[in-house]
Parts: sequence; structure tokens; C-alpha cells
Amino acid sequence: MIEIRWHGRGGQGVVTSSQLLTKAAIYAGKYAIHIPEFGPERRGAPVRAFTRIDDEDIEIRYNVRNPDIVVVIDPGLVEMKEFITEGLKEDGVIIINRPVDMPISLDGYKVYSVDAYRISIDELGRPIYNTSMIGALLGATKIIPLEYLIKALEERFSGSVLEKNIRAIRRGYEEVRLV
Amino acid sequence: MSSWPRDWRELPMAGIINIAGSSLDYKTGTWRARKPVLYPDKCIKCQICWLFCPDMAINRLEDDSVEINYEYCKGCGICAEECPTKAIEMVEEVG
Amino acid sequence: MSVTDTERMKRVGLNGDEAVAYAAKHANVDVVAAYPITPQTIMVEKISEFVYNGELDAEFIAVESEHSALSAAVGASLAGARVFTATASQGLALMYEILYIASAMRTPIVMALGNRAFSAPINIHCSHDDAYAVRDTGWLQFFAENVQEAYDLVLMAFKISESPEVLTPSIVNLDGFILTHCIEPLYIWNERYIQEFLPDRKPVEAIDYRNPKTYGPLALMDYYMLIKRQQYEVVRRARATIDRVFDEYSRWSGRRYRAIKTYMMDDAEYAFVVLGSTAGTMRSMVDKWRGMGRKVGLVSLTLYRPFPEDDLRRILSGVEAIGVMDRSHTYGGPGAQLYQEIASTLYSLDEHPRLLNIIYGLGGKDFGPEDAEAAYKYLMRPDVREVWLGVEG
Repeated sequence: MIEIRWHGRGGQGVVTSSQLLTKAAIYAGKYAIHIPEFGPERRGAPVRAFTRIDDEDIEIRYNVRNPDIVVVIDPGLVEMKEFITEGLKEDGVIIINRPVDMPISLDGYKVYSVDAYRISIDELGRPIYNTSMIGALLGATKIIPLEYLIKALEERFSGSVLEKNIRAIRRGYEEVRLV
Repeated sequence: MSSWPRDWRELPMAGIINIAGSSLDYKTGTWRARKPVLYPDKCIKCQICWLFCPDMAINRLEDDSVEINYEYCKGCGICAEECPTKAIEMVEEVG
Repeated sequence: MSVTDTERMKRVGLNGDEAVAYAAKHANVDVVAAYPITPQTIMVEKISEFVYNGELDAEFIAVESEHSALSAAVGASLAGARVFTATASQGLALMYEILYIASAMRTPIVMALGNRAFSAPINIHCSHDDAYAVRDTGWLQFFAENVQEAYDLVLMAFKISESPEVLTPSIVNLDGFILTHCIEPLYIWNERYIQEFLPDRKPVEAIDYRNPKTYGPLALMDYYMLIKRQQYEVVRRARATIDRVFDEYSRWSGRRYRAIKTYMMDDAEYAFVVLGSTAGTMRSMVDKWRGMGRKVGLVSLTLYRPFPEDDLRRILSGVEAIGVMDRSHTYGGPGAQLYQEIASTLYSLDEHPRLLNIIYGLGGKDFGPEDAEAAYKYLMRPDVREVWLGVEG
């Protein structure tokens, strides 16, 4: 079982990211669960969501304690190191939203970086990071083939919004780097 | 309802009363302490008593005159109260 | 679970709310009456989309309160319609007086209840307060453990409720947020095949202006108690229909449904009894404990009303100690609701298992493996009768 924890702020699409990945995993034939953590629902407040993916049916229904992967959608949250590394497995992976040439150390964890800010401004014209960050997650870990994520995205968006987000996903997938 | 069964197994579901208009069997005229008396010479056929009677115990006839149905009239006195020409009077029920 | 779609079923990812909305759609409901504001979940929002898009030919009655929602549902059901509604916590509280009327007038409405905590404090996350609060209203109650079960139980509830010998409304409980807002994979039917299991409703004693009757009459000392006895027997005997419909759906769907799910109970010395989504978490813990040689089992109830007491007596007799898990509590009562019911159920046994009442997860407080371990430790202590897990002391 792969357990993922998403960090971001209200309005950045944290819950949407976890939902899209979950649906992608289900389309890929996996069992997957998306668990939102609803606190105060307001724009800007730190928000978390959890995704579990397995080949077997998943029976447990509690928040992820010890993630394999942590995705930090909000660039500012990397400063809250303890928040991000909490419970992360020893061989866990962190994926952050940060230019790849800006080195960072997070307690010796394997860190992947992607400049989701640049991608989202280029492709969407707005700093909405979630699709580039899911792309980066799949690029770094290859846990689900990209085509299933695009299928999940097609359910949610259409027209130019869909096209733009697919480009953002592909760039996230390709531009993510181990730092 | 007095003809209903006394065993829950034989009761209609949820106590639904299958006979329409069964309230006709319930003669409420015996409840009266006072009864309305109509003086036709004072009646102007305005139908106000017919309109106000809560028990539909005032019958409206072909020529718009009215008559009181004593089988159902409970003697509430609303008709007498509302009559604009005092054509109805409440009197003591005797016998 | 096989992951391939078939002609009959499609594998999709939905949250609990969406799954319930699809179930109502697949049941081809005629009338949905609901109040759309918090604590309502998006179940009815999704259904209103179906109606708006023309995917579902139903009357969607957007009323001004839950009290009116259920009142409208009662009227529609009396008229012979297949009726669905949904609510949660405070919304159910506002329906309260009509709940008794719906069941006593024998209107087979199906309600999905996203279980949420009662205010105050304002919370909206999962507790079983609402389900427990209406346990005595004469409605049948089912608890889903996951999103698939929520979908399946709504379909089964229509068939059970509308059976001529039952004609009693049903509540399908699913844990607020934990199931209502979580996306999981599930199989939904190709609508073409639903009629095989769930044909259109055949109303009994429906309102008919050509043949007028009196519904909901006055019944005083002469008939009130007789009519209540009739209703009591109907709910008690509904169990036979429930078992039959569960069996039929199990065969039809390939997914096994029973009133009670037992896990590792054959030789269990210790057992936990639980409702709702925590069952899966507890099963995974039973696996862990069994791996350590501890003889622990789990009992989870899919059917809550009528309460499956005979089965529970059989399953739980001979167990040394039982942890009864309540996601709610009573103030000043002799233990929380499920605890009281298990205690009553076991009282007629000659030898009583020791009981521990575990109050857990109120207002959505996460229940994880460490909480289960704590519950197990308390169960080993004969001096503890009740514990508020995570807020002891």
C-alpha cells in the first residue's frame, strides 16, 4: 500500500489533487481511497488530504499516519519542516513546489522539486499549482501511468481548461527533479 | 369504528379507515345543550349561517333558503352569532 | 474484487454522497424531497443535477426545512410514489416528529443519513448521535461500512421498505465525511438491469380520489394500542424480509450481505462490537492481534433496526469480554446506546460476558490503530467499565 499526504492551503486544490489521483488509481485498476481532512474551510488556511493506493481492497478508514509520499503544494509550507516530515517513513519521499536550482535539505529525506509556480503561470496564467504537482508526483514516483490521470481530469474539465491543465500535468511530470 | 376488530392482526393497516364518509354514521346532534331555531320571516337568504357552520349542519335549499340539520348540529351557536338579521336564536334544548 | 467492468456493472470512483445519489437514481425514484443547506451533504445536490439534466424523471421538491422535507415525503409515499430523502444531524432532529408519522402511517420512504454530530459545539463531523436519536421511531436502520455498501443498501432498502408485509421506512446510515466525502472504488449497476432486482413500486392502499379513505385517523384508548402493537409486530417481523432481500441481492450482485458481519468469532475470547466505517479498521487490527496469538474477534452490525438480538446472543455467548464501541453517548444513562442494547441482549444468558463501553471518535475524532490498541488494553482490565478513548482521566 502506498500512502500519500498532501499539504497546501485552502483554495489551492489540495482536496482536488487527492481526488484526481484517487480516481486515476481506480481507473488504473487499483483500489484507492481519498480522505479529505476538513478543518475550517477558508481560503489560505493550511489544508491536508490523504490518498491510499493498493492492489488489494483497503479496509482501514483513518487518516494517514506514516506516509510514503508527502506532496507540498504550497511553496511557503516547506518552511514548516516538522509539519511536513511528521510521521514520514524513513525511505519516504517529499515532493515540493520550488525552482529546481534552489537546494533544500529536509532531514535527509529524498526530495523532488518542481517549479509549479512557473508552470502554472506559463500554462494557466494563474498560480494554481495542483495539476503540475500531481504531474510531478507521477513523474517522480511512476505509481500510476499518466494516461489514467488525464482520464480523471477529462471527467472534471473540458475545452481549453482541460487542455491547459493537461499541459501543466505533462510539464510537471517531465520537469520534476531529484534535488 | 365500533365495528372494528379487537385483534391487532385483523385491523386495517395503520388504522386506515376504508369506508369513505363514515362520519355520517356519527350523529352529533345529541351533543346539544341549546339548539338554533330559524325564523324564516326574518331570513334574507344571505347564506352566512351556511358558510360559517363548522359542522355543515345547515342545508342550503334550491331557493337559497336554509334549514338546520338537527341530526348533526352540535349547538355551537355560531350561526346565531353571525346572522345579520337575528333570524336564528339559540334556545334551550328540551326533551 | 475483480477490477473489470462487465455489461451489468461498472467500476467507478465515487464518494459516499455521489454513490447514494446514483443509488437513488438507479432505484428510479419518483419523488425526492429535501432541504439543501448544511448539514445536508451533496447527495441531494447530485440528485437535483440528475433531475435537471433529464437523467432522472423525478419530482425534486426543494422545501424550506427538513420538517417539510419529510412531510412532503410522507404525502408522496402515501400517493404511491417511490420516495427518497437525505439529511444529517440537526436536519434529522428537525424531522423528528414526522419520523414517527412516516413509520406509523406505513410510508416506505428511504432516507440516507450522513451521520454527523449534534451541535453544540458546532461540528458537522461523524458521530452516531443522529442514528441513535431516532432508533425508537419505528424506522428500519442499516449501517454501511464503505461506499459500496452505502450504494447497495439504498437499493436493498427500497425493496425491503416497499415489501407489502413491511411497508416501513428505512434509514441507510453512512459515516459523515469518513464515507460521505471519501472517494472509493465501487461497482454501480448498468441501469438496464436494475428492474431485475428492484421493479417499480407496487403501492398498497395508496391514495386514490375515486376510492377515498381516511389516513392517519384519530385512535384513542380503544384502538391506539392495538395499532401500535400491529406496527411493533411489523418491524419485528421485517427481519425475515430483510434476510430474504439481502440473500437475493447477494446472489444478484456477488457481494455478500448479512444482518451481522462476524470476523474471527469462532474461537474468540475477546470481541469488539461496532457500527459503520470503523469495522474495517477494527478487522485489520484483529488480523494483527491474531498474528500475536490473541483470540480476538469482531462483530459489526449492518442491520441496526430491527436489532438482531437473537443472532447476537448466539454469537457473543461464551466470549469472555466484549468491547462495545459507541460513536455517541448518553448523559447520565447506564452506558451509551449500543452498549445498553448489547447488555440487554445478553442479560438472559446464564453466564454474562464482561462488558466494556468504549466511547470513541465523537465529532469525527480520528480512530486509528493506536486507539484500537488502547481499546484492547482497556478490554483486558476487569476494573474498567467505560472509557472515553483519547480523552481519559
